[in-house]
Amino acid sequence: MRVVEKRQLLSAEEIGRTLQRLAHEIVEKSGGTKDLALIGVRRRGVPLSQRLAKTIRDSSGVALPVGTIDITLYRDDLSTVGPQPIVHSNEIDFPVDGRDLVLVDDVLYTGRTIRAAMNGLFDLGRPKRIRLCVLIDRGHREMPIEATFVGRTVETSDTEIVEVRLQEIDGEERVMLVDRVA
Amino acid sequence: MLQRLQHLLGTEDLTREQIAFILDQARPFQEFHRHPLKKLATLRGKTVALAFFESSTRTRISFATAAARLGADTMNLQAESSSLKKGESLLDTVRTLEAMRPDGIVIRHTSSGAPEFVAQRLNIPVVNAGDGTHEHPTQALLDALTIRDRKGKLDDWNLTILGDILHSRVARSNIHLLSKFGVRTTLCGPAMWVPRELETLAPNVRRVFRIDEALNEADIIMVLRVQSERIHEPALAPEEYILQYQLTPERLRLARPDALVLHPGPMIRGLEIDPAVADGPQSCVLEQVTNGLAIRMALLYHLVGGSPVEAPEPAKE
Repeated sequence: MRVVEKRQLLSAEEIGRTLQRLAHEIVEKSGGTKDLALIGVRRRGVPLSQRLAKTIRDSSGVALPVGTIDITLYRDDLSTVGPQPIVHSNEIDFPVDGRDLVLVDDVLYTGRTIRAAMNGLFDLGRPKRIRLCVLIDRGHREMPIEATFVGRTVETSDTEIVEVRLQEIDGEERVMLVDRVA
Repeated sequence: MLQRLQHLLGTEDLTREQIAFILDQARPFQEFHRHPLKKLATLRGKTVALAFFESSTRTRISFATAAARLGADTMNLQAESSSLKKGESLLDTVRTLEAMRPDGIVIRHTSSGAPEFVAQRLNIPVVNAGDGTHEHPTQALLDALTIRDRKGKLDDWNLTILGDILHSRVARSNIHLLSKFGVRTTLCGPAMWVPRELETLAPNVRRVFRIDEALNEADIIMVLRVQSERIHEPALAPEEYILQYQLTPERLRLARPDALVLHPGPMIRGLEIDPAVADGPQSCVLEQVTNGLAIRMALLYHLVGGSPVEAPEPAKE
């Protein structure tokens, strides 16, 4: 099995412009920033949520609370094969009760990650609302989950992989569509 | 890099990297205990057998709570239970438990080596919850977590252990663990409880019989319980022990000003420790209990949650 790059979906500039638009949409559709907080899903949702918060602060002057959630303990595919994945801490230093939360992740695919993230949030309290913001929606849902804020919708086959590379984690900035070939 | 753990039988055979990994993995579970909802479904459908062939309250409750908070079920075997009194062998008892298909087994036993004996014969992960005078690895791990949290690192401290070190599996597990991090250990207690052989347990272990000298420059002080159930004749009158070895506020001042006081519990106030020290700002006793839950959750998550281990070699009997 080999992985080949098929095409670039977003350049660094396009990622930047998409995040600007998503930040504005979040504030606009929320009718302001009251009770609003962003939760980045480990791993690549974390820098995305921080960039969205920065854009919102630059344009509206409001510093939204930003947290990080690790879904490991809430996954539904544990103990299938091999060693257990490493657990990381959540970093949510504000109460989620009554908050208007926006979960932020890089790619929306089966919906299982978001299901797990919501279970994790419920253990921390009772948010007023949870919405989802993703950079790429690639389809193939296995759960009744949809995103409110979508950067780009991409048609994919189920052998393809959407690879998001972010400066903070990968040292480069682009989104690619790659395929597995036997 | 990180050799995967199949069992936790002792700290002697763990590498520095494995210890650091377990401590790091306890961190999310420490935070979890501050959640309003302290219940996960991570190990839902898994069963942990708690086989306590020696009576225990604290350790058994800690393991049972750790399993429950991960969503696992437990089967309990207690020292008082009848099959043990009827003379069933250790192997028959654990094979009976295994036939009920648990996904892991936690064992406490009065005989040193019992968990290893069981680990060689069963096909499930085994956690040693204390065996005879051999090891109590989860206690040493929770102590290490407590030290690392309070002092910022584990390396290069001066450790003083007070009391009956000869009969203490807690002391052995701690000496093995902390010596891997360059900790220098001073053992102090009545001579018959601190035999010369203990100096060969690990590098940088020495014996000192005067408590004033033993506490000098100490960064960490571990006070052991005077274990009356392990001593067949009182070797030393309690009044004499108090006079010579009790950790009092005056004696604590001989250690470094930021020295930590640890006690594995249960504490006998007024015997090995003065209540003012037990409740003082340097005492970590209650943090040790909370950290014990986090360590045990992390271990159960990694040992019991993983895929089944391969069948062991056929038993050699």
